[in-house]
Amino acid sequence: MAVNEKVLEELLNRYPAKVKRNRKKHIIIKDAALARQEIEANTRTIPGIITNRGCAFAGCKGVVLGPLKDVVHIVHGPIGCAYYTWGTRRNKAKSEDPTKNFINYCVSTDMQESDIVFGGEKKLARMIDEVMEIFKPNCITISATCPVGLIGDDLQAVAKAAQEKHGVPILAFNCEGYKGVSQSAGHHIANNGLMEGIIGQGDWEEAPGKYPINILGEYNIGGDSWEVERILKEIGYTVIAVMTGDGSYEELKNAHVAELNLVQCHRSINYIAEMLEIKYGTPWLKVNFIGIQATIDSLRNMALYFGDPALIQKTEEVIARELARVEPIIEQYKKICQGKTAFCFVGGSRGHHYQGLFAELGIETVLAGYEFAHRDDYEGRAVIPEIKPDADTKNIPDLHVTPDERRFRLKLSPERMEELKKKIPLSDYKGMNIEMKDGSVIVDDLNHFETEEFIRLLKPDIFSSGIKDKYVVQKMGIPSKQLHSYDYSGPYAGFNGAVKFAEDITMAFVSPTWNFITPPWKNKPLLEGIVAEGGCSEC
Amino acid sequence: MLDCTPKEIKERTGGVINPAKTCQPIGAMYAALGIHRCLPHSHGSQGCCSYHRMHLTRHFRDPIMASTSSFTEGASVFGGGANLKTAIKNVFAIYNPDIMAVHTTCLSETIGDDLPTIIRTAEIPEGKLVIHTNTPSYQGSHVTGFSNMTKSMVNYLSEATLESKKEQVNIIPGFVNPGDMREIKRIVNTMGIKFIMFPDTSGVVDSPMTGEYVMYPRGGTRLADLKDTGNSKVTIALGSYASADAAGQLERKCGVPAVILKTPIGIKATDQLLMALRSQFAVEIPYELEEERGQLVDIMTDTHFHFHGKKVAIFGDPDIVLAMTEFVLSLGMQPIHVLTGTPATGGAIGTMVGNFEVEVQELLQEAGITGKVKAGGDLFELHQWIKNEKVDLLIGNTYGKYIARAEDLPFVRMGFPILDRSIHSYLPVVGYKGAMRLLEMISNALLERADRDARDEDFELVM
Ligand code: SF4
Ligand code: SF4
Repeated sequence: MAVNEKVLEELLNRYPAKVKRNRKKHIIIKDAALARQEIEANTRTIPGIITNRGCAFAGCKGVVLGPLKDVVHIVHGPIGCAYYTWGTRRNKAKSEDPTKNFINYCVSTDMQESDIVFGGEKKLARMIDEVMEIFKPNCITISATCPVGLIGDDLQAVAKAAQEKHGVPILAFNCEGYKGVSQSAGHHIANNGLMEGIIGQGDWEEAPGKYPINILGEYNIGGDSWEVERILKEIGYTVIAVMTGDGSYEELKNAHVAELNLVQCHRSINYIAEMLEIKYGTPWLKVNFIGIQATIDSLRNMALYFGDPALIQKTEEVIARELARVEPIIEQYKKICQGKTAFCFVGGSRGHHYQGLFAELGIETVLAGYEFAHRDDYEGRAVIPEIKPDADTKNIPDLHVTPDERRFRLKLSPERMEELKKKIPLSDYKGMNIEMKDGSVIVDDLNHFETEEFIRLLKPDIFSSGIKDKYVVQKMGIPSKQLHSYDYSGPYAGFNGAVKFAEDITMAFVSPTWNFITPPWKNKPLLEGIVAEGGCSEC
Repeated sequence: MLDCTPKEIKERTGGVINPAKTCQPIGAMYAALGIHRCLPHSHGSQGCCSYHRMHLTRHFRDPIMASTSSFTEGASVFGGGANLKTAIKNVFAIYNPDIMAVHTTCLSETIGDDLPTIIRTAEIPEGKLVIHTNTPSYQGSHVTGFSNMTKSMVNYLSEATLESKKEQVNIIPGFVNPGDMREIKRIVNTMGIKFIMFPDTSGVVDSPMTGEYVMYPRGGTRLADLKDTGNSKVTIALGSYASADAAGQLERKCGVPAVILKTPIGIKATDQLLMALRSQFAVEIPYELEEERGQLVDIMTDTHFHFHGKKVAIFGDPDIVLAMTEFVLSLGMQPIHVLTGTPATGGAIGTMVGNFEVEVQELLQEAGITGKVKAGGDLFELHQWIKNEKVDLLIGNTYGKYIARAEDLPFVRMGFPILDRSIHSYLPVVGYKGAMRLLEMISNALLERADRDARDEDFELVM
């Protein structure tokens, strides 16, 4: 059954009036015939609604900062927030020097009641001293949790004093959980801090190799960025920095030498992409390494940007070889997956990215959405001028950068830039909605009630989301695939990732475990045997 | 692995590195799930609720439902009263629980929201209930949060309505798995004693697969039973950190005497539980349980050479670690490093908790063992202890796996949380059966290591 406006209205009618009015604006049924379909996003979740959303701290420390492996990340606050962001996101990292890899450490000031009453600045300063003495990192970040802002600890001042004392960059992030309306606020805060405090601090004036690029918004979940780098390096690119999966302070500080910035997760990192363009004249390219065709398109767009025939040729060679290798495998899996339907509800970019990969397996996405995206992630960046900042977004300061006098250099002539923009998503993102089929449902900040209801209406064959709704859906007998953590599998990016994904999704469909849900006695009358015996006189 | 941890131990005062505890609200949320048809509610920003649900879900691999007040900056400045009132209205309208159990977070605590007043002036539908507890994350640990929510159940719900007490026992199981709660209930049932267990998360976070999702599964303590706890003859609180406070409150409020015991992990603590029930209710221990005990002792004696004299490090929640220390001592093992992240004083000043360091040290002294014992410690320090004095086995929650790998130690997972293995929440570690299971885990870990390390000529068929 498809969802039409009437069915949707009935569903919404079960909400209290105020909630209905709000939620209605966050749900659309795709209709390409309409000139435009506006969706509300990045606004407050109504109290009491069971949402999947997290907080600014999660977006800042958990998502953007956490993966930087040679940095010690101090969480300033009571213990919980640090604890929950310790090893739970699967952003893998490896280091040549294991004594400079802090990824498995969790550092918290563990504020106690007296710190809340009398202030926690002194304790934080002691923690910084101890971290310097024990770990000797090249860089430290400090992330604030909810109570810190309220009690008025001046993180920036503590960080500044410590930086002078220890002679390494110490960056403070005021990413208290109540800021903004979701993780998204934290991405922005982290972007600002990295741009101000790390990027461009290195002394490289030139890239150490050909076709230098940065990969932005790639967090190496399950090893994704290693697969992407495998392909890019073979083609001949020089990867300067990955932001921030398996990333490091040492790489990030020289990110200014890249000639192109790739943007994988637009939501979490577009601020840096834009600032790099203003400050250094480096354009960004929206890429998507999830799915075979999306990977191929991204590789071709990159080659076109650099415009070097040798690079273009090498790109085609690698594509042809990889395709010949993976296509036959995918075909096998497709036989099982063909004709099935999926829900795809993930953070801020994967709700879009995975649809192509599902389609390659013959699976149609009938409902998609984001947990914490903005309107531009749905409708494309063209709507940005229309988005009116509200009280919650105004609380997150914008960082205004200006062209770097020494290092700003236009990487392309304005004419070439315009010409390319017509062909490839250069410094632009068209959003998710445009790629969705008519009649499919788009839901922003999908909540528990709607999850249950839409599943009942659309009966998808697979549900992809996170850990909090996974088992809800599985209890209904529908396999659920975590697309934040990949259910501890992966990588899912690039060519090898597509194969792994196909294997995992197929496994979810063919697992015999689903066949045992109904006990054999449920459909059999208890006295059947006796009745049959009594009534068998005829035979 | 953990290559940045130095052997040399220096005093630290700036906080913790690699914690062995987390914050109060997650414990309160877990306890609240142990009430039938209850929706836990987190009064703070969304992030806390999201983290607690995620972590509980990862441990139990079952749906963990909870709502949040979704604070924004405005609420942090003006207080969260309006948010909570809206939340209460929406929760009952949309998710229809019988009861909402609200806990605070460090944000609403720092603001100082007055929950009783907010709840009193909120619109609560006829026949529905809202209870609350204060869970400031800057005190105690997740165990304290569990204790606080359990105590609030008594404060709000328990009533002494009869002249004389009923022949029934209240059992507060503490912060343990539903598999443990089921086992404790089986033991008390086998003894033929009427009981009320609260909170009881069995049937809630270990619910069966039926092809249908129900938001409020069959399990959880019934509200009528919670009320009736005030009429019971005695309360047995298992684990002083998680359960004693609620039992004490029930004694003060309804005159139900409190008996505080260890979490029944291992033979001695299980014996004590049975003896307490036996004397309180004057019932003999049925053969079924005596047989189980006999089997356990049989296994212990038959295989003592698998584990005797081995050095162990144990970490985790105080009630669990204390009982586990006692158990490994009864096996002839040597627990030389014993640590909990929960601070010694547990919760707010004046609450009833045990005294972890003193109690563990007493156990060690009795056995003639010198060991390091610490409350309020962290895993960074535990790792350093191990670097300075090696052990043969590490016992603790999932986070121990990094230390186990770094130091190449056999590792037995127990406690909360276990995120990298499944099924643990269904099977007990309490009672005689649970002790057998633990013994199997310990022996297997040690024997598998012996097999792994044996030279070909020493590789044995029978061990
Ligand atoms: S903000 Fe406080 S209550 Fe929330 S997760 Fe962090 S420590 Fe726990
Ligand atoms: S890909 Fe999704 S989960 Fe990852 S950072 Fe972007 S929005 Fe967050």
